[in-house]
Amino acid sequence: MPIGLLGKKLGQTRVYDAKGIIRPVTVVLAGPNRVLQCKTQQSDGYNAVQLGFNDQKEQRLTKALLGHIKKFNGVAVKRIQEFRNFSKEVKPGDVLGATLFSPGDYVDAIGLTKGRGFEGVVGRHGFAGGDATHGAKGWHRRSGAIGQRLFPGTVMRGMKMPGHMGQVRRTAQNLEVIQVHEADNLLLIKGAIPGSNGDYVVIRESKKQPKGWRPHAERPENVKKAEAKKK
Amino acid sequence: MNQVLLDKIESKQFRKDAADFSVGDSVRVHTKVVEGDKERIQIFSGVVIGRRGHGLNEMFTVRRISYGEGVERVFPLHSPRVEKVEVERKGSVRRAKLTYLRKRLGKGATLVKEREGRGAAETGPAAVQQ
Repeated sequence: MPIGLLGKKLGQTRVYDAKGIIRPVTVVLAGPNRVLQCKTQQSDGYNAVQLGFNDQKEQRLTKALLGHIKKFNGVAVKRIQEFRNFSKEVKPGDVLGATLFSPGDYVDAIGLTKGRGFEGVVGRHGFAGGDATHGAKGWHRRSGAIGQRLFPGTVMRGMKMPGHMGQVRRTAQNLEVIQVHEADNLLLIKGAIPGSNGDYVVIRESKKQPKGWRPHAERPENVKKAEAKKK
Repeated sequence: MNQVLLDKIESKQFRKDAADFSVGDSVRVHTKVVEGDKERIQIFSGVVIGRRGHGLNEMFTVRRISYGEGVERVFPLHSPRVEKVEVERKGSVRRAKLTYLRKRLGKGATLVKEREGRGAAETGPAAVQQ
């Protein structure tokens, strides 16, 4: 994980870009992120950076957490996230913000999806259910058969059934950073991000680049344009 | 706190020169069109048959009869690609959405009664469509 931030999802809106095209964005409060412990290969067996987010009064923290923070003379924060192999050089006490990213970057957003409670197969797995009419009686949102006959005589593992849905960690990959607001520490990221408004989200540099992605200047149409201009 | 920051982002994008028009008005919408490298203004004129959404998300629908075929376009009210909205004439209507215009043919489909102050005067162009 080269670089990343811990943030809070604020909500969704839309912005107009320079061409006047509407971009749907999720607004993420991405700072201040306080650098706490910096783990190294020698001392801890692996390289990582701990970032703290959501400044709090000291009385609101457990003594264990406060003690850990005090060890690095940090500001009291409610949430800590560790990032392995942080590619930016940092030391305890540093403050990171939204400016770690710039518009045009691609990021992954990791969050806890909204909890849906106990959900049936139609909502949870997209089953079609039965007819609403045409003589259907009490067979509207059921799953139907779940197995075969005497052989194999058992329900296959992983059979899709009703159950708890949501409130699981999910990653939305390859989202484009549309705007960065330095003053308010805001990241405007294209599209939706897992979780409710107000939830913590981890924003990290995307692990995979989108298919066919290239830096803006290297895209075929822009290369052609640049060559045409030279002529 | 959350909403304050969201509002801050949105408030920057509101058009200060947002045109003042309402449903039923005949308008000329000047939109910027990019052709190759050049940008020019294209005008779409017709009757506003509805407005929906609020704040930054507000959109309005304009309907016109083009070569005998009804055409509707939806514009974002605050889009920078809309150069300006000219009001040609004020209409007097009693509906928020003028979907009934879609069934109309001929002159009645292109105009609604003109408004003069409060309440419509049943004279002038209004008489034509009856």
